[in-house]
Amino acid sequence: MRRFGGTRLSWVGMAAVLVSLFALLPLGFVVWVGWQTGWETAAPLIFRPRVGELLVNTALLELVTVPVCGVLALALAWLTERSDLPGARTWAALAVAPLAVPAFVHSYAWMTVTPSLHGLAGAALVSTIAYFPFMYLPLSAALRRLDPGMEDAASSLGLGPWAVFFRVVLPQLRLALCGGGLLVGLHLLAEYGLYVMIRFDTFTTAIVDQFQSTYNGPAANMLAGVLVVCCFGLLGLEARLRGHERYARVGTGAARMPVRTRLGRWTVLAWSLPFCTSLLALGVPLFTLVRWLIAGGAAVWHLDVLGAALGQTLVWAVAGGVLTTVVSVPMAWLSIRKPGKLQRVVEACNYMVGSLPGVVVALALVTITVRVALPLYQTVATILLAYMLMFLPRALVSLRAGISQAPVELEHAARSLGRTPTQALWSITLRLAAPGAAAGMAMVALGITNELTATLLLAPTGTQTLATAFWAFSSEIDYAAAAPYALMMVLLSMPMTWLLYVQSKKTAGR
Amino acid sequence: MSFLELHAVRKSYGPAVALAGVDLQVAAGSRTAIVGPSGSGKTTLLRIIAGFEAPDAGRVTLGGQPLADGPNAIPAHRRGIGFVPQEGALFPHLSVADNVGFGLARNAPDRAQRIIELMQMVALDPAMLTRRPHELSGGQQQRVALARALAQRPRLMLLDEPFSALDTGLRASTRKAVAQLLGAAGITTILVTHDQAEALSFADQVAVMRAGRLAQVGSPHSLYLRPTDAATAQFLGETIVLPAQLSQGWATCALGVIAVNDGQRKGSAQIMLRPEQLQLAPVPVDPMDTDAEACLGVVEDIDFGGALCGLTVRLLGNPQTDAPSAAAPLLVRSPAIHIPPVGSTVQITVMGQAHVFDEVVA
Repeated sequence: MRRFGGTRLSWVGMAAVLVSLFALLPLGFVVWVGWQTGWETAAPLIFRPRVGELLVNTALLELVTVPVCGVLALALAWLTERSDLPGARTWAALAVAPLAVPAFVHSYAWMTVTPSLHGLAGAALVSTIAYFPFMYLPLSAALRRLDPGMEDAASSLGLGPWAVFFRVVLPQLRLALCGGGLLVGLHLLAEYGLYVMIRFDTFTTAIVDQFQSTYNGPAANMLAGVLVVCCFGLLGLEARLRGHERYARVGTGAARMPVRTRLGRWTVLAWSLPFCTSLLALGVPLFTLVRWLIAGGAAVWHLDVLGAALGQTLVWAVAGGVLTTVVSVPMAWLSIRKPGKLQRVVEACNYMVGSLPGVVVALALVTITVRVALPLYQTVATILLAYMLMFLPRALVSLRAGISQAPVELEHAARSLGRTPTQALWSITLRLAAPGAAAGMAMVALGITNELTATLLLAPTGTQTLATAFWAFSSEIDYAAAAPYALMMVLLSMPMTWLLYVQSKKTAGR
Repeated sequence: MSFLELHAVRKSYGPAVALAGVDLQVAAGSRTAIVGPSGSGKTTLLRIIAGFEAPDAGRVTLGGQPLADGPNAIPAHRRGIGFVPQEGALFPHLSVADNVGFGLARNAPDRAQRIIELMQMVALDPAMLTRRPHELSGGQQQRVALARALAQRPRLMLLDEPFSALDTGLRASTRKAVAQLLGAAGITTILVTHDQAEALSFADQVAVMRAGRLAQVGSPHSLYLRPTDAATAQFLGETIVLPAQLSQGWATCALGVIAVNDGQRKGSAQIMLRPEQLQLAPVPVDPMDTDAEACLGVVEDIDFGGALCGLTVRLLGNPQTDAPSAAAPLLVRSPAIHIPPVGSTVQITVMGQAHVFDEVVA
């Protein structure tokens, strides 16, 4: 323990603060660049028709996609959790499965099936298919946790089934709807590959274009600034919509198992919703991949190139996963063991930065390495750092859940038996938190495997990951050659997606 | 004239039989308690009356109107039956006022007034109306849930273990207040509970439920003192069951010769006493000095329990009767002020009559 600014701050606390300061780099970059550019240069770059166009595009995309995702996910969640839909468990797994397919592979599949697809309609369709599971997961978990006693009480007060749903069930799902909606909204802001393929301009595609043509000009930086403002706008909107209501069940004791609604003669109609969704979200990518793999035959399997890309992806995914998890340990430990004002600020910083698009993080690191630490420019260290900044929240969430499994009494017992606090943390808490840490690592690795934007901008010259190799081939419209890379990404993502599904069942206590 | 009638109601969940044919009559304006161990089917019965579930077979009628006939049942929201679930199940996203007014039309002109009336009815301060359910104590939550159900002016009120989450002192006072309130409003009430003391004090008709059937229905007094079998007796309170020889209203047993409530039966039978019917008096050290007819025992253990203590007393063989001394020691409830020390000899006297169980039909 040391004295630090009048308050006692442990080594763990200092480490957490250090990591958070580091995590604030991209945000600091945006502010610094804005200040450096000066108002005279910045204003014409920000207030021009092009930015207005992008703003309208992005807003329309958000306004169409997020509600459609919400309605689709809610209907699927209700059908799989609260109705007697035949094969509900299978449909539940299939509703999460589209997450195993990276968004830009979804668009690749759709461009193959309907090459004329483009613009807002196309973008909204493919985004919905790629991202609705992010809303399905929290909604189905919330529906499972809901106390059926409340629905009984409402119907004894004279409400019909529909009125019960809208006045009692739906308000209880508000947190899940807001949280899932925010996640989808942030992904829509950050996604690059999907919208390039579908020929729909958003801020992210414009920033990458700008960067590739003028290299690190103020134009790209100013667009990034506007994008960051959009992100924070979304965060603020979600915080407002979420409100301060309490939704936890009032009272103690275990809730009864909910009764599943009989669908009766609606069964076939109800069944067609998950069927059509799975057809579009899984059938189309699967069909396309098989089609291109058959069309390409053995010729597209250049094992040396493919092997190199696979190896590169795995090394970065594992290294990034380990690094991100290790640096999130101090913060996760603080938030469970010593919750307080400092910890809340530090944690909020991390979540905020985690919500920034990869393109902003990449742009920040490019600028900083070029101006301050040139030897680090386009090195493995920089790209791992970018992954760490982007995926820190994922590791933090899993690790925190893991540490909360290890009661503090065990740590005390270890210390009373002669272990130092650090030894106790290592030999007791971290051992017990290992499953949570492993899950966090896997989630980070999944993110890195399918990461395209930051990797495109930061990867050392000559190195390729599965995602960038896929992107290179499909940009040349060599769809057959891209297929093996897409297949590898999907196969690598499958176990992680399964883990996500199992975890969501567990958090609901079943 | 019964208000609510259940006739041969059956319900199974797969192979598990929850209700194996239940008949019950409830008089208008009365309070009935359904009591039974967990898993006996009492909550299922309540849910069928409320309309959350339909019976597999059997009829439910309320005031002459059929509510359910086998699987054809009127859904809960058209029954007008009030329901207070365990823990209250208040809507956490609504204020207390919106919870209470949930079943009232939203644009009713006297809505606000009615909500205040309901709050006063359940003895809650209307200042609480702007609060959230989680800001209330357990007892207050339960009262809000009751007010919410009362807003419907229900013909029948169902209470599903509403007091079990409250602590002991609050439970008794809340129960009393609820009983008085519903009695004053003249609302027929059914309470489901696993707590026999709660059932006996709340209701004017108690139905004991066991393994999907109603084992016995009657007034609390008759059920407590004249249960039909040992299982019901034991469920409703601590019980002493002794083998005895009956003759002309007297039983000869390990406690000597005591009066029974059945003058007709003869021969061997099982008789039942409640521990509070036994009284202990200290006797001089030499047992030979005492009345030869007295029943003597030795205090083996004392379980101090505040107002009433439990004493374990081993009977000494009674020379007067040839009945064998009871193998198991007796449990006696005695006021704490005069408890004899462990090891002392006491004289046991029986107050009131013993109850004779019906002969078991083999």
